[in-house]
Amino acid sequence: MGKMPKWADIILIPLISVLLALIVSGLVVLYIGENPLEAMAIMVRGAVGSAYGWGYTLYYATNFIFTGLAVAVAFHAKLFNIGGEGQAALGGLGVAIVCLTIPWPHWSIALIAATGGAAIFGALWALIPAWLQARRDSHIVITTIMFNYIASALLVYLLVNVFRVPGSMAPETARFAEQMHLPSAFDIVPWLGFRASTPLNIAFLLALVACVGVWVLIWRTRLGYEIRAYGHSQTAAVYAGINPVRIVMITMLISGGLSGLMAINAVMGEAERLVIDNVQGAGFVGIAVALMGRSHPVGVFLAALLFGALYQGGAELEFEMPAVSREMIVVIQALVILFTGALDNLVRMPMESLFLSLRRRPEAAAAGPVPKRTDAGE
Amino acid sequence: MDFLGILQILDSTVRLATPLLLACLAGLYSERAGIFDIGLEGKMLAAAFFSAAIAYTTGSVWLGLLAGIAASVMLSLLHGLASITYRGNQLISGVAINFLAAGVTVVVAQTWFSIGGRTPALTGGARFYEITLPGAEALSGVPVLGPIYAELISGHSILVYVALAIVPLTWWVLFRTRFGLRLRAVGENPAAVDTAGVSVVGMRYAAVVICGVLCGLAGAYLATGLSAGFVKDMSAGRGFIALAALIFAKWRPWYALYACLLFGFLDAAGSRFQNIETSAMLVVILLGAVAAGLVWAGRKSRLDMAVMGGIAALLIGVIALVLGGVGLTGTATIPVQFMQALPYILTVVILAGFVGKAIPPRAGGEPYVKER
Repeated sequence: MGKMPKWADIILIPLISVLLALIVSGLVVLYIGENPLEAMAIMVRGAVGSAYGWGYTLYYATNFIFTGLAVAVAFHAKLFNIGGEGQAALGGLGVAIVCLTIPWPHWSIALIAATGGAAIFGALWALIPAWLQARRDSHIVITTIMFNYIASALLVYLLVNVFRVPGSMAPETARFAEQMHLPSAFDIVPWLGFRASTPLNIAFLLALVACVGVWVLIWRTRLGYEIRAYGHSQTAAVYAGINPVRIVMITMLISGGLSGLMAINAVMGEAERLVIDNVQGAGFVGIAVALMGRSHPVGVFLAALLFGALYQGGAELEFEMPAVSREMIVVIQALVILFTGALDNLVRMPMESLFLSLRRRPEAAAAGPVPKRTDAGE
Repeated sequence: MDFLGILQILDSTVRLATPLLLACLAGLYSERAGIFDIGLEGKMLAAAFFSAAIAYTTGSVWLGLLAGIAASVMLSLLHGLASITYRGNQLISGVAINFLAAGVTVVVAQTWFSIGGRTPALTGGARFYEITLPGAEALSGVPVLGPIYAELISGHSILVYVALAIVPLTWWVLFRTRFGLRLRAVGENPAAVDTAGVSVVGMRYAAVVICGVLCGLAGAYLATGLSAGFVKDMSAGRGFIALAALIFAKWRPWYALYACLLFGFLDAAGSRFQNIETSAMLVVILLGAVAAGLVWAGRKSRLDMAVMGGIAALLIGVIALVLGGVGLTGTATIPVQFMQALPYILTVVILAGFVGKAIPPRAGGEPYVKER
């Protein structure tokens, strides 16, 4: 297709970009006056060195898989859904309403119902931005940002005035009933050494299912084909009879629904109640995860693992190196977005010329006329 | 409410509108030149921290201001590097800059001051203080006009007046100078500017640097004028409200001023009144009118009707709750959270194009690739 083999495009470039991000982060740590390698060792040990660490790493990763998939699906249609934060917050509202209004007899039934509630509320929060993009041509980035802020105001209002437990000062809902407790890693696989307090729960499996589901949707269904076609060239897609309004609406609803599903993990699995700021920036991490994972479910999964490890490792780092603030994670996250997203060409351009020069040499050695590739695929 | 109360709200409106206005004008230059900038928030935050930090360590607010501007311009240049030189995605670059600022400010603050990611409180020469315009004391005895002059017009920090002065200046630069014409042309049709022998890259970098300077002023005002020092995430979404104001103003300087004053007023009113009590009948009539308007707007297609009808149904649900709660003659409470969300809601309404369509500069968001 292009100037590079496919593996370089999907593996090598993201890796180099992440490496660059980590090197710059290391320089920041160096500036603070700590040893970056030591900091790295603490982070790795904290994230994956114990069952305790793995529990948190995979818990965070579950959140990021959902929000990352949400951004990725929208990317396939060339839509930049930056509203994962608000959609996930509304997903939390859906979970809370489902779990608080009906006394589900068993967690499995509650999980199915809450999955529906989370997905529907998340999708509905993406509905108006989607409609504005599809029918009114307003930029989805701006509207989803606005909806993030509207969501947070709405949630504060509801938690303070509607859902707050009478007599309690804390702006949060009542705890969900005991029988709705989702099985945690401690309940399912205690022999792996997880403690009872581990946040990792069955929603992780749901996230894996979502990965497979997104893969099937994007690469194995007619709708997925239409989404990708629309993302590649809107005019060509319209010419081929694809309805752009329909694609934008459906893609954004799926994207919002996936963001909303994050609440299954964070609200139903971990907090077991709806609190203010239940998303904690995971909606934005989804952007980094999708960019790094090249919008492919496998890439999203691996990038989410990396970010899960960063979040857990960062918490440990703050504990062991008080000079390094927890916000160091935000810096790393920003650099990953910068290098894998905005400064993609910084790595891509030199790599492309490198591969071109590598390819020319064997061609010259073969001394035969090699059919010239066209650049049509770009 | 008495006259003095109104004056006080208007006074804080001006204060709260100033950082919005500076950031909004910053975005105006950038977006008029075809560079979308959702990193206003981050640049403001970075400027707020570095201005406060340098003002604290040197004791001079002016050096702090310079440091803030420098920090903001650095981020602007990073944005330029990503979106102009390397032709990356401008929106993603903006997101990265917001996070970078949010992280770096706290990390560096912790390293420099070790008090939980903020700067120590600024005092003395490290802050911008209110300046009293000549004659404010003498005229304060004059009924009506005296207090207006003394409270509202006089008694702000120098940056407030600078911000207000930049509005006509921006109008003049954009619409009465050759530079402004080229800047706007670069945002509408860069190929034409290129053909005329003007450097598209140069124009866009110039716009991005101006954007950085103005964001620097906005951030410095936040940390050294509006409050005394930097705290974590102190920009608190103002960069995005400024972006909303920019769309609201349809990328025009004078309207930017009005939009920022409106959003500043909402902020001032929200923080003063918390929950606003008003007649339930008024609320019901307003919500009903909006619901009816939405259904009317959705008449053209089934999809529109589904979306608009859904929102209208929600509004009717709220009406039912109000009627069921306090009745038609009671007093309804408008929650403070609604006031906080209002700038964003208004922007979405404007974006929907029901009340005058906002059309961004045509080449906005697209990197310019010279034809070969």
